[in-house]
Amino acid sequence: MSTPVDDWVPSAREVERRGLRRERSRRDLAVATVAAVVVIGGLVVGLVLSPGWPTVRASFLSWPDAKASFHAVITGFLKYNVTGFLIAEPFILAIGVLVAVTRGTVSAAMFPLRVLAIVYTDVFRGLPTYLVIILFGFALPGLQLQGVPKNTFWLGLVALVLCYGAYVAEVFRAGIESIHPSQIASADTLGLTRGQAMRHVVLPQATRRVMPPLLNDFISLQKDTALLGTIFIFDGLFAAQDYAAYAFNYTPITMVGAMFLCLTVPLTRFTDWVGRRAMRRQFAGSR
Amino acid sequence: MSDALLEVTGLRKSYGDKVVLSGIDLTVAPHDVICLIGASGSGKSTLLRCLNLLEDIDDGVIEFEGSEISDPRVDRRAVRSRMGMVFQAYNLFPHRTVLDNCTLAPRRVHGVPKAEAEARARDLLGQFGLADQADKHPDRMSGGQQQRAALVRALCTRPTLLLLDEITAALDPELVGEVLTIVRELAEQGTTMILATHEMSFARDIATSVCFLDQGRILEQGRPAEIFSNPREERTRQFLARVLG
Repeated sequence: MSTPVDDWVPSAREVERRGLRRERSRRDLAVATVAAVVVIGGLVVGLVLSPGWPTVRASFLSWPDAKASFHAVITGFLKYNVTGFLIAEPFILAIGVLVAVTRGTVSAAMFPLRVLAIVYTDVFRGLPTYLVIILFGFALPGLQLQGVPKNTFWLGLVALVLCYGAYVAEVFRAGIESIHPSQIASADTLGLTRGQAMRHVVLPQATRRVMPPLLNDFISLQKDTALLGTIFIFDGLFAAQDYAAYAFNYTPITMVGAMFLCLTVPLTRFTDWVGRRAMRRQFAGSR
Repeated sequence: MSDALLEVTGLRKSYGDKVVLSGIDLTVAPHDVICLIGASGSGKSTLLRCLNLLEDIDDGVIEFEGSEISDPRVDRRAVRSRMGMVFQAYNLFPHRTVLDNCTLAPRRVHGVPKAEAEARARDLLGQFGLADQADKHPDRMSGGQQQRAALVRALCTRPTLLLLDEITAALDPELVGEVLTIVRELAEQGTTMILATHEMSFARDIATSVCFLDQGRILEQGRPAEIFSNPREERTRQFLARVLG
């Protein structure tokens, strides 16, 4: 209720209070700065003063080697790590949602699919991703079946999608089960089918709730694209190892590490921001 | 320092350009029961939230038990441990039993030993007819039972001031009575309370003082008999005519 005419001026007490709040935030900032400088500075000093630092620097941070290997590493990184991640992610999300929703169905006709969904998550979550990639990359083409692609990149990607789909399905299932039954009840009373209730009421809320663990899996996937190197895909890390084995210098490994960070850190910040915005919208005014 | 338990002077609260409360003066003596009445959006709930330091105020002073709590340096948790608050939507913790809801703050905040906290909670639950509900989870209870449990939870820390924010607004008429009976008992025992309410006849019965809020101001304050039978302000008259039918 706004009063149209408002001739309010802050009282002396309020002005003093604002001063106190400002002073307090200044002090907080100072404490944070000092703490950061001490901790980070200490770590850097500890690193540089360690006895083996010159050797480590020469083999992991050498500028000429960085220049010489840059082209091969960035090509592998963009062509396989980034592209692979971008292609795999939508499929993983789709599989995750479908499997999670299938596990939540109640109708008798869906029983075989429910069993399949359970077996799928159990198997692919239980196997090391590394192993699945080797099976898909080497064993599957070895069967010489018609229609199975011979391109190991695609086969490796399918392996990644299946493994991560199982993890993401469990994340979604947790989210779906965390939505209060009263939400489904109220969708029922509006005449929505179970499918509609899932799609329009439960899933949107569940998705918002599982954003942080979902992001965890995204980032994990981004890094695990490097496992494609095991089936001789020249991704960023494999290209870096290749150079290291040839030139006896590990600088490209450091470089590819930095490339991964350049991708995952902004992604984290972005998703945090999306999550916070959604929270603010939903819980505006209530705490 | 006066002997008032709570003293509010010149309180102002705004959200951006929107002024929600302004020029609020209110004195609460021990054993007072202050009823805040007024239309939805008149600022009743916001006032209670300001008093419990859930909202930062934009001006004015709030004194509680003789010291200013609107100071930024004040320990909010210490203040809240002396003040109880009950919400319209109960806000019980759904993952804990009623007993655990009631013993959480006494044990974790006030350091009461488990056995003592549980004995105290069971005693209060018994007083309010919830003895057999102690080990249930909130979702298994009726709205009225949940709200009574929420009241017990607030009382278990033995607050000197109880803030009740439209605690019967989410209940159907049959259940309103059981909650109000408890509030009435508390009033008779001398509990100091500030309550925002739409239950006019109840306010008339138990209040020591009624405040009519309109557009973020206390337009009129007085004994219930005066406010309800002979309001000074035209707006109060209109409001009462509307709600009393």
